[in-house]
Amino acid sequence: MKTLRGVAITVVALFFSLPIVWMFAAAFKTNVQVTDPSVGLIFEPTLDNFRAVLADERILPSMVNSLIVGVTSTVLSAIIAVPAAWAVGRFRMHRAGSLVLVARIVPAISLLVPWYYLFAQAGLVGSYTVLILSHMFVSVPLILWIMIGFFEGLPIELEEAARVDGLSAFGAFRRIALPLAAPGTATASVLAFVASWNNFMFALILSDEHTMTVPVALFSFISYAGTDWGGLMAASTVMTIPVVAVAVLAQKHLVAGLTAGATKG
Amino acid sequence: MANRHLKWLMLSPALLFVGAMIIFPLLFTLNLSATDAFGAVNAGADHIGLRNFADAFGDHRRFWPAVWRTIGFTVSAVLLETIFGLALAMLMRRAFRGIRWVRTILIIPLLATPVAIGILWLLILDPTTGIANHLLGALGVPPQEFLGSVRASLPTLVLIDVWQWTPMMTLLLLAGLSTLSEEPEEAASMDGANAWQRFRYVVLPMLGPTLTTALVLRAVDGLKTFDIIYATKGAGGGSSFEAETLNVYAYGLTFDYQEYGLAAAVLVLFTLFIIGVVLVLRRRSARSAA
Repeated sequence: MKTLRGVAITVVALFFSLPIVWMFAAAFKTNVQVTDPSVGLIFEPTLDNFRAVLADERILPSMVNSLIVGVTSTVLSAIIAVPAAWAVGRFRMHRAGSLVLVARIVPAISLLVPWYYLFAQAGLVGSYTVLILSHMFVSVPLILWIMIGFFEGLPIELEEAARVDGLSAFGAFRRIALPLAAPGTATASVLAFVASWNNFMFALILSDEHTMTVPVALFSFISYAGTDWGGLMAASTVMTIPVVAVAVLAQKHLVAGLTAGATKG
Repeated sequence: MANRHLKWLMLSPALLFVGAMIIFPLLFTLNLSATDAFGAVNAGADHIGLRNFADAFGDHRRFWPAVWRTIGFTVSAVLLETIFGLALAMLMRRAFRGIRWVRTILIIPLLATPVAIGILWLLILDPTTGIANHLLGALGVPPQEFLGSVRASLPTLVLIDVWQWTPMMTLLLLAGLSTLSEEPEEAASMDGANAWQRFRYVVLPMLGPTLTTALVLRAVDGLKTFDIIYATKGAGGGSSFEAETLNVYAYGLTFDYQEYGLAAAVLVLFTLFIIGVVLVLRRRSARSAA
């Protein structure tokens, strides 16, 4: 029974990891090797694909764009969502809080059309501002969702003691709850950044050739590079490595963040 | 009271931001859906009542097939993810050596960029040069067309979705399982219930609320799936629209054909549909919990 379970878990782990391993391997293959399925995971690696990606005029700039948009939208979202999550958690304002969570349900494309229509008339399509605002629309509800659960899990006694000692309600948030919530805020911010890094649909419409983010650059690389699989996989690898690194380093926190709020029913 | 002002002060920036990004555009879409807006975004448009909705409902070439594809894709993907996710969660329920690594492996698919994942599967599933047909051939299975054929495209996309999102289901259910008390199960065990009976009549009912939350989250995301379809099949979900779901259809109407009025009508229907699904799922869970 125990060996059976071990075998089952190994099969599952291979099923979910092998495609990613295949991506990394393909990134180091020549175009002949990559289209020859009999070449498995043992071959002489080449760095040519990565050289081609680094020399490509859109991939590197698009990574800079993704970083600018991702960091700015995440920081701004955390600034408005973390205090809001504390207010919802501490003062039981769930009705007001759930209004923000409506944003998770409404299909983004039904907003993207009017955003595009309105921003185009304002001449803003293609600017960082529009990209950051649209990504914040995803990040604010995400951080709020995770942080409400986090603040509710903090013992209220510490804040009450601080109030007795003369701190204001805001002081209790600022000096007691916020520092205690640092790990949660970090997790929520990482997940918000990943959501921004991965976002395709918004950037596809709202960015231009100077502000395009990595997924859009990758998508344009498909048609531009034809079937340069090695190049495509090298570009995908460069995009995926940061995510894998974060997953390995912060697995426990990320799982907690991803599943936040699910067990309350 | 100071607290009264404070709590609203802290909530309002987030509330106002999300409200402004959502309410105004929704009203705008609603208004747009009653016009014949077409072409340049600053071109004038006339109100034509509900004609766009009538056009959509009468469209058996693009609209209705997209509706059925959206439903078929979401139902099959979420069903498979629930079954596999539940099985995997039960498998991983008790700690084992290397559980941290398995959990790490599980979060990578759901954090990886969907566009990159889509391209990766195009490589793996390439009908002539992909590793998938090579492996199937070794097992004696004839080569498959996968994303290259009209018939197999949508089922293949379901499988990709299952690969990417079963881990999410598993992690959500594992979190739910970890909160359950073990006593009812031990009692059932003493009364002679076997493993399946304990799962079916003790664990599963207790897991109900978590399962509902997970179902709602996955169903909503499944209905809205865009990136992976667009990255692998392109505009219109392929040359015969074989993978065109409502999201891809509305996207194409707006940005490829500039049919803003009709697109807005489709989006209004799509939004109402998703809200309806959420309400039905939540209502059912409220009833089964009572």
